[in-house]
Amino acid sequence: MSRGTTGEALMDAVDGNAIGGLLIDVFGTEMTVASSTCDTCGATRPVAELVVYRRAPGTVVRCRTCGSVLMVFVKAQGVTCVDVAGLASLGMPDDLTLNR
Amino acid sequence: METTAVRRRLTWQAAAVTSIARETASVVTIELEPPDWPGHLAGQHLDVRLTAEDGYTAERSYSIASAPGEPLAVTVERLENGEVSPYLTDELQAGDQLELRGPIGGYFVWEPTDDSPLMLIAGGSGVVPLHSMLRHRLRTGSDVPARLLYSSRTLPDVIYRSELGHYGDGVQVICTLTRSQPPGWTGYSGRVNAAMLAQTAWPAGQHPLAFVCGPTSFVEAVAENLIGLGYPPEWIKTERFGGT
Repeated sequence: MSRGTTGEALMDAVDGNAIGGLLIDVFGTEMTVASSTCDTCGATRPVAELVVYRRAPGTVVRCRTCGSVLMVFVKAQGVTCVDVAGLASLGMPDDLTLNR
Repeated sequence: METTAVRRRLTWQAAAVTSIARETASVVTIELEPPDWPGHLAGQHLDVRLTAEDGYTAERSYSIASAPGEPLAVTVERLENGEVSPYLTDELQAGDQLELRGPIGGYFVWEPTDDSPLMLIAGGSGVVPLHSMLRHRLRTGSDVPARLLYSSRTLPDVIYRSELGHYGDGVQVICTLTRSQPPGWTGYSGRVNAAMLAQTAWPAGQHPLAFVCGPTSFVEAVAENLIGLGYPPEWIKTERFGGT
């Protein structure tokens, strides 16, 4: 299995769509359409398009452009710890209307 | 019906399994009746949770196969060494209960209010959310031109095979078989590549909206090729299922 510079097996990567439920747990709302900005390289893209590695009990979310870690989620004993230090910003579009 | 398909609190609920239909040797479609389902958008998924006797839990996400308004159904592919999928494809029975929560997702969704020509590209079980989109398009009477380019290993691996010809007017379904083709096969052969996309994708000049779903390597190769064909990244929505 090939490995990228980040060390994780490349074939195991999914994207932000896969953590939609986790993001609702943590942020209280749908966040895959939220705009993320990498604090390292400045790249901006929807959370759905970020690189996601799932390594129980943790989930690591990386910038697709530079590979820097943007978010880390760790679940232990019913508590989810969140580290978003790698993000410069996370924002929802003003015109988001997901309610029907 | 006014529903808050996304903003309501996401809670686990026990859904009755009403039927299980075999699509292929390793794929089933499970129809579910959750007690409190708010409806969903085409392309969304739900999470399933299995709990072992010792309390160990395993959660997985599955794309919703049904269109909004149809009985809720998910299509599941059995993964070799999977923790959850083999139970769902081989042991679960109608009458059982399944713990689920959803619907989840706001990025990889299609609504008929978008009138861009639809370019749907599926690798294997990546066809599931795209099937929901095409069913939704049909049920809402949408006339946006739509193309589905669907890659499978062999003909017996094609999911929804009997339904692919029934998405209604304005939908073209193009299949490619990557490992072996039956005698007389008139579809494409081999993996989706730049040449195949150049022949089958809507030209960028038509302002299409592309949804690409399947294994991670498939999605990334296809997205790269679409960009090579002049699609701006904002016109390409991707959903990666992980390694095959």
